[in-house]
Parts: sequence; structure tokens; C-alpha cells
Amino acid sequence: MPNMSLEKVSMPEQDPNVRNKNFLEVALGYTEDMAREEAQRCLQCKSKPCVQGCPVNVQIPEFIKLVAEGNFEEAYNKIRETNSLPAVCGRVCPQESQCEQLCVRAKKGEPVAIGRLERYVADWNMRNGKSKTEDIKKLNKKVAVVGSGPAGLTCAGDLAKMGYDVTIFEAFHTPGGVLMYGIPEFRLPKDLVQSEIETVVKLGVEIRTNMVIGKVLSLDELYDEGYEAIFIGSGAGLPSFMGIPGENLNGVYSANEFLTRINLMKAYKFPDCDTPVKVGENVAVVGGGNVAMDAARSAKRLGARNVYIVYRRSEAEMPARLEEVHHAKEEGINFRLLNNPTKIIGTDDGWVKGMECVEMELGEPDSSGRRRPVAKKGSEYVLDVETVIIAIGQSPNPLIKATTPGLETQKWGGIIADEETGATSREGVYAGGDAVTGAATVILAMGAGKKAAKAIDEYIRSKG
Amino acid sequence: MFKIVRKEVLNPSVKLMEIEAPYVAKKAQPGQFIIFRIDDAGERIPLTIADYDREKGTVTIIFQEVGKSTKRLGAMEAGDSILDFVGPLGVASHFDGLKKVAVIGGGLGTAIAYPQAKHLHSMGVEVDSIVGFRNKELIILEKEMAAASSRLFIATDDGSNGNKGFVTDILKRLIEDGNKYDMVIAIGPLIMMKVVSNLTKQYGIKTIVSMNPVMIDGTGMCGGCRVTVGGKTKFACVDGPDFDGHEVDFDEAMRRQSMYKSEEKISNEKHECRLGGEVNA
Repeated sequence: MPNMSLEKVSMPEQDPNVRNKNFLEVALGYTEDMAREEAQRCLQCKSKPCVQGCPVNVQIPEFIKLVAEGNFEEAYNKIRETNSLPAVCGRVCPQESQCEQLCVRAKKGEPVAIGRLERYVADWNMRNGKSKTEDIKKLNKKVAVVGSGPAGLTCAGDLAKMGYDVTIFEAFHTPGGVLMYGIPEFRLPKDLVQSEIETVVKLGVEIRTNMVIGKVLSLDELYDEGYEAIFIGSGAGLPSFMGIPGENLNGVYSANEFLTRINLMKAYKFPDCDTPVKVGENVAVVGGGNVAMDAARSAKRLGARNVYIVYRRSEAEMPARLEEVHHAKEEGINFRLLNNPTKIIGTDDGWVKGMECVEMELGEPDSSGRRRPVAKKGSEYVLDVETVIIAIGQSPNPLIKATTPGLETQKWGGIIADEETGATSREGVYAGGDAVTGAATVILAMGAGKKAAKAIDEYIRSKG
Repeated sequence: MFKIVRKEVLNPSVKLMEIEAPYVAKKAQPGQFIIFRIDDAGERIPLTIADYDREKGTVTIIFQEVGKSTKRLGAMEAGDSILDFVGPLGVASHFDGLKKVAVIGGGLGTAIAYPQAKHLHSMGVEVDSIVGFRNKELIILEKEMAAASSRLFIATDDGSNGNKGFVTDILKRLIEDGNKYDMVIAIGPLIMMKVVSNLTKQYGIKTIVSMNPVMIDGTGMCGGCRVTVGGKTKFACVDGPDFDGHEVDFDEAMRRQSMYKSEEKISNEKHECRLGGEVNA
């Protein structure tokens, strides 16, 4: 009998007032009983709308059936057929706008907790799974992947399964891209990311760190080294600033810098780790996406007393994942919605002491269909803060474009690539993820990496 | 891992190391830099490339022991390895069409000015090098600089080498003596580069400075290294590190460089305390 409860089996979490002082994972995950109970809420419907909502088309009802039966090993194998990083996806996908949005159970009550179940299965496998060596027939053909974020890892994993010799070139000293430097430990533990990457390496993928493509090697030089095709998954790492006065004062960070210091360099362990980070008593984070939530919650954990999210639209327009907004509120983050910074004010010796904001109201819808925020005249006020973190978006890094003749990009820097195949204007060069779309989600990047792997295989076969 | 193949002590706090890094060596050009990290708990620190040997696959760095990471690196020996060494980063210097140039090095900046002078000299450019140090004991690369220059002038703040004064005093004299420089390249502490830029502005001589702000990634993804140049925000790691000295906001750069002063002190003290007396013994 299916479990007809209208609500998801709730997941244990650290208490908000405890967790906002540590970097340990907030959501603790299901127990076996909870997972099997939740799995029974899936009606195993024939139409499977959930699968269409998943950018990598995980066979959701199939794996959930295996969970309900307690066959976690098979459930894991089922997910891995299409998803290289399930422990990551189960944690960071915005399921409410993907698989779970289309779940039949969501018509009345809450959808099946697909993300939590995927996470349970992946975590179970890390504890209990036998490392299975897949039987891969080698083709003796080389493919280069630029960037070891979700797009690159997925593309590399899929190509390795097809028999290609894949080398990933990563600029940082640790692979993982945004999974390592962007998303904090309390949402996505870094040990887990590294062991998930290990499963891709076990497929025979070589990862070379400290290799900044565009500087140390150009794409043309990769061809000289015998690679037959190249996938660019270099992400959108170039931070946007607002262009308001005071942005270069001491105490103003881009979210990228703030999060890289904390996540990749482990500045929260300073001075046991050498990289410092500076957080005042009062912190303003500008923006309303996941990056803003991550920065605000990290600042709180570093001891800031008051952390403000300053966002120019209303809560309904916030692009952040619902669960993270909810978590941020529980942890005491202060939301200043419909507020926009106009300038950052400094002390005589150049440190931030405040941020002038203006209140906004929503006007007519703009070309994107969202109501445009308009400043309310005379509503300026100063928020007393010593740290400002700017999280208003990122665009693709121009390094590869600048050193690759003939690679066409959009005006804002995104690489122009075919939506279905990832093919770029250069023969044999494919691209996907944030490098193409601008900052989006982990799972969309993975979907793009998957499509490109298929297209790269077809391209190399067509060359004979 | 990246192996240290040679180590040389240039003066009590300045060390030279030749590091095995074939990919970096193959592409390195004057003006570019690397980022190193000693171990897993280490921070990422930028250093300008002082020299490279494409055949041997090595890159030479010269650094002053100013904080924890440079002290730890300085304590390592030939044969030891460091975990990460990435580069070449930044934009290479542009030297086209120059006939006569003044290359100015302040203190450790001399190590960074040296490859510039050497490169220009090998291109047939007339190079007047002016280097400044606090005292005679701190002078580095004298022989190398002399070989890379048409004329070499060494100033010491205290006159202990018989030539008291600042690099700007010598530069001013040379300009007023009628030397026509197409360009001045100034590398050293921010305050020195600022003073040189202020001087050359009066004479309308194009001046290039090499900025060395706080960096993390060095690939343009964080903006920690931002400097204001001509009223616009630039990232030193990808747009520089060379900039027009007449356009740089040096006061802002000096302020930003001191952002982590207290943390640097904590880190350093903790390091010294852990080492105990051993290193000084």
C-alpha cells in the first residue's frame, strides 16, 4: 500500500541556533526507515512527469521503488546510469522547480521528496557500497575537458564510460569548481564532494590541477597534444560589481572572494589554515540568489551579530532555493527586501562603516516579465555595517575566449553553443554549463555536460 | 608536487628558488607571475616570475620573507617540494618600439625589475637601471643587473654604499641631464612607485608600474586584487599586473594592501611560536 500522507517525511536538521555557529551540514539526512517510508509515497505512475523535470533524466520511479524495497545498492546503480554526482544533486538541486514540481502527489499536498531520497541512496552507497569497477572497452581516443565543475565532471564521466581517454584541466588546486569554492560546507560537505569526484576518477578520468587553460595551454595547443575534441565547462566565475561609490573600500568583498576564502581555503579555520577572512559585527549581503544566502549564512557562522540580505525586489522574485531562504531565516538572517544600495560609506582610513540604501517599489513588468523595482524618492537611509558582500551575479571568465580565435561569444561573455549538442563555432569544441548560460544551477550544468558527451561521441565517430 | 631544484640566499631575508614547473616555464614571459601554495593548510601567494629556463623546465622566483608563507618557503631546501605552483598568470609586459628605458627597482622589486631589464637589454634597448635599497647589506642581484643594463645606479637610503639617496633623486638627475627616456618601468613598494609616477608625470614620460595586491585565485574570479586605474576598476591578476603609473590610485592600493595586517600578524606569531628556537639556532 502506498503511503498517502500529504506531507513529506521530515528530515532531521541541526537546531538553528546551534548550526549558525558551526560549518557542519545543516540537513542530517533520512534514516533507512524514513527513506523507505517516504519512498512509499511514490505512486509509481505510468506517465512519470518527474523524469521530464530532471535535466539528466534520472529514472526516478524505478530508483524509488528499489528504495521502498530496501534494495539501496540497485537504487544507487539505477541513479548512476544517468547521474554522475547524486550525493551533490540530492542536496543542491532546486527540486521545487524541477523533478518535484511535476510530481503527481504535488497536486494535493507535498510532492515526493525525490531529492532527499536521491541523497539517502548516494550517502548509503558511500558508507556501504562496494566499489564496482565498470567494464569499459577503451577506444584509444583522447578528449580534453576544461574545468572540473559539475558540467566538466559529468561530460568526462559519460565519455569515460563510452571508452574515451579523458583529461580534465582544472585551474584551481582542487577539482570540483563551484561545488568546492562556492557552495559552503554546511550545505555540501567537501569530503563528500571529493569522494563523489573519486567515483568519476575511478572511471579512468585524469584530473590535472593548476592548469589555467588560456594561459598555460591554449585550445589549439590541446589539439597539438592529440586531443580530438574539447569540452569547455569553465563556468561563470567573473564577479559583477555594482559600480556604486565605495566599492573598493576595505571590507567590501565579491561573494566569490568571500566564499572562496571560506570554502576552498578554509578561512573559517584560521589560523590553523593560513588564509584569513574578515567579518565585522554587522554585515550586508547584496543580492537574492543562492550565492547571497550562502554568503550571509557563512558570515553569521563567522560570528557576525547582524547579517542583512539587501535585495531590490520582493521575496517572490528571489532566485534562491526555497529551502535555503527558509534556513537563512531560521538562522537569524535579516531580510531587507525591496531595498537597493546606492553607496558604501567609509571611515577616514578607508574601511566600510555603512551602506546607504534606498527603498524600492515594484513597477511595471520589464522585458523578462518581472516587475521592475523603482526607487522611492527620499527614502534613503544608512545601514551601519562594517562588511559588504556583493552577490549580484557572475558572468563567464573571458580568459578562454581571449586566447581562442574563432570562438564566438555573446556580448555578455557566454560562449555561443547549440542547445542540443553544445557545439560551438569552432569544430570539435563543445561547451556547456554556466560558461554558456551564465550563472545557473548545478543540475543544468550537468545536463549540458551529458548532452555534449553524446555529441562529442557522435562527432569523433563521424570522423572515423 | 613541484620540486625546488636550487636555492640561493641573496640577503638575510631574500631568497631565490628555481622550481621545476615545465608547463609554466614553457609559456612564461617578463611581467607575468605565479601563485604557490606550500601544503594543504597553506594560502595561495602570488610571486612575480624572476626568470625561466624553457629547456630545463624551471622557473625562478625571488621572495622576501615577510610573513608565514614566505618564511615557510624560505626554510625549505633544494630537493623539497611544494604542493601547488600555477602560472604563468597575468598579462606579459609590452616592450615594442622602445629605444631608451629607465628600469627602476626598489628593494625586492629589483628581483622583478631584473627580468624586465634583461629582456629589454637583449632586444637592444638602451637600459639605465636604478635600484634602491635601505642599506648596503640588502643589495641583491648587483652583478645580474649590471649585466642587463647599459648603466646601473645603486642608491641606499643611508648611503652605506657611498651613494645616499632615493631612486627618484637619481632618476630626476638623469632626466635633467638630458637623457630622453621612452618609458620608465618602476617596480617596488607602492610608495616608491607612487613617488616615481608623480615625478615622471611632470616630465610627461610614460611610466609602467607593477602592482602586487592581495590575491586568491589569480585568474579573475574574485576581484580581491582590484585596483582603480584611470577611474575604472581593474583586476590586477588578469588586466595587469602592469599598469600606467599615472593612472593608478596608489592611496587606495596602499589601503587595500593593509587589509589583513592584523591577521598576518596572528598567523606569523603562531608560526614563530610553533617553530620555537629551532630555526634561529
